[in-house]
Amino acid sequence: MTLMTGIGAAPAGSARPARKSGRRWLPYLLLLPGTLWLVVFFFGPMLTLGAASLWDPAGSLQTGYAQTLSFGNYVDAVRDAGPQLLRSFWYAAIATLIGVIIGYPLAYAIALKAGRWKYLLLVAVVAPMFTSFLVRTLAWKTILSDNGALVGLLRDIGILGADGRLLATPIAVVLGLTYNFLPFLVLPLYASLERLDRRLLEAAGDLYASPARSFVKITLPLSMPGLVAGTLLFFIPAVGDYINAELLGNPNTYMVGNVIDSAFLVRLDYPHGAALSFALMFLILIIVMVYLFRSGTDEVV
Amino acid sequence: MRNRSQPPLSPEAAALLSFTRSSLSRRTLMRGALASGALAVSGSALVACGTKGAAQTEDTCVSEDLSGTEKTLTVSNWPQYIDVDEKDESKRPSLIAFEQKSGIAVSYTEDINDNNEFFGKVQNQLTACQPTDRDVIVLTDWMTARMIRLGWFQKLDTAKMPNFQKNLLPSLKGRPFDKNTEYAVPWQSGLAGLAFNGNVAKEIRTVDELLTRPDLKGKVTALTEMRDTMGLILLSNGHDPSNFTKAQFDDAINKLQKAVDAGQIRRFTGNDYAPELAKGDIAACIGWSGDIIQLGLEDEKIQFVAPDAGVMLFSDNSSIPNKASHKANAEQFLDYYYDPAVAAELAAYVNYICPVAGAKEAMEKIDPDLAANPLIFPDDALLGKAKVFKALTEAEEREYESAFQKVIGA
Repeated sequence: MTLMTGIGAAPAGSARPARKSGRRWLPYLLLLPGTLWLVVFFFGPMLTLGAASLWDPAGSLQTGYAQTLSFGNYVDAVRDAGPQLLRSFWYAAIATLIGVIIGYPLAYAIALKAGRWKYLLLVAVVAPMFTSFLVRTLAWKTILSDNGALVGLLRDIGILGADGRLLATPIAVVLGLTYNFLPFLVLPLYASLERLDRRLLEAAGDLYASPARSFVKITLPLSMPGLVAGTLLFFIPAVGDYINAELLGNPNTYMVGNVIDSAFLVRLDYPHGAALSFALMFLILIIVMVYLFRSGTDEVV
Repeated sequence: MRNRSQPPLSPEAAALLSFTRSSLSRRTLMRGALASGALAVSGSALVACGTKGAAQTEDTCVSEDLSGTEKTLTVSNWPQYIDVDEKDESKRPSLIAFEQKSGIAVSYTEDINDNNEFFGKVQNQLTACQPTDRDVIVLTDWMTARMIRLGWFQKLDTAKMPNFQKNLLPSLKGRPFDKNTEYAVPWQSGLAGLAFNGNVAKEIRTVDELLTRPDLKGKVTALTEMRDTMGLILLSNGHDPSNFTKAQFDDAINKLQKAVDAGQIRRFTGNDYAPELAKGDIAACIGWSGDIIQLGLEDEKIQFVAPDAGVMLFSDNSSIPNKASHKANAEQFLDYYYDPAVAAELAAYVNYICPVAGAKEAMEKIDPDLAANPLIFPDDALLGKAKVFKALTEAEEREYESAFQKVIGA
């Protein structure tokens, strides 16, 4: 806003009021596409979904749904999908943890140690995103196949039993989640580590801080905004994901996304599907708020 | 310009942040109240109304036929459901022949992968009686039944379809969901039964073996199509899928639940079981006859099994959705595929059961081996074992589908 008024004020002396008043509309004009986008693709769908979540569950596609403000839909939906809901948060949390363990050293190495390999490594992190999500997940089916090399190796060295497998297990689902969302964690982390002022680390060394201590006291706190943003960008889509559970899992590893998918496409139970979607959204929102509050960062990257 | 340590925040973000810091000024409170008020007003406008029923009738949704002036046709079908040239897979010989014969330009797309997904894709248009930009769509029995029930299809003028009238197999005439055979033209039929990969498992004969044999544990899949999987289990219990009670269905569901809980069943699948069966990740499964024949051509140890208790028979049907504007062209197209010679050409490629009488004789000229294959031209013994799942009302469909979805994990 200060910028805008600054520009508007500059030619004020040259006395062309018509132009000035025209410029007052400029910011709103510039905001228009974004606002329209939000209204059409965000508020509109949210309102219709919200309305659908309160429809009379006794209705059907054929007879139509009456709006009865049935808040009971939320109770029913969350109760029926309880196991899948818990599982979603549990799997996403484990995957996020693994993601941080893999992603932090990776981002650190790229930002601080990679030298001239930096951009090549960055491309390597991003390149998988050039192919479709689905294709990448299907590739894991081949990698983890029961008769594949990886499972054969793990069986030979005794990590898996003779009849053990990876595909269609929770391990495969968590692995798929970790793999698919890792770039979202690495990129913000890289961005904040890259801006790290290395003189601070030198100063810490001069003052006889051990490397571990200067990491805990300097690097980690300064990379916090990147870590918080990265874990959120990882965790939120991971909770709602259903492709990994469907392709790499079994009936006992399905997540809440699968239930919502089935409610809308197979069971045609729109009120409960919509209620479950909203409930999931609220739960994620609460978790994110608590997380942001606890981590004490209001400036995310 | 003032230099500020922090970039200026938008009023909304500022309001939110100051809210979390619990230092609510009167002004931000006013703003927040105004914003939520505006949201509430527009929200309640939408919330106030529900939806009307999705059903249409011939009176509420009238379609216009432009076939007289427009020699075009748009067909949506499943992948690998039409013959292609061995040298150039983008060419479809039977279709090219039709275009030359009729002068109608056909736009053929393979964009139907799943009945439910496709339903989701077209439901808004058909509910509102708007064009789907498709003249012919091919869907499985139960989905065809649902759309007929909703009044979403145009009635065919079968008088203009002599081949269809003459050559449709008698067993496919007057089916419960289309009593006068005037909405749905079977494209191909098929069987749902058992299959196994002989490289990794011994032969399997019954559904009970599939669900309980210890050496198959974790290497078994079943279909997400409720009617196929549940139909076979009902048959294995000695019940009739075309006429069963709620209690019998519950028995079958419990049997399936036990197999899922025991870890016997690895996954529930659509068409995607085929590559896994070929690789041997799956040792045995519930599958579709045409897929298994195609896999068997590459590896003869992969076999289809029709259990003695019975198999499930399904058809995929072509229909003309409301507001499709080339009905006469579509009728000409569908009738063309009921010419036995054309039907044999198609069946020789897709390997499903051919719904056209006389195609077997025509097939003998193309490929005698395929003409003798009971899974393409079934004999009476096999057809006697084949059952069709009973037609469900909307309420039954939802009840059974919900129970089934719960067992398969979603």
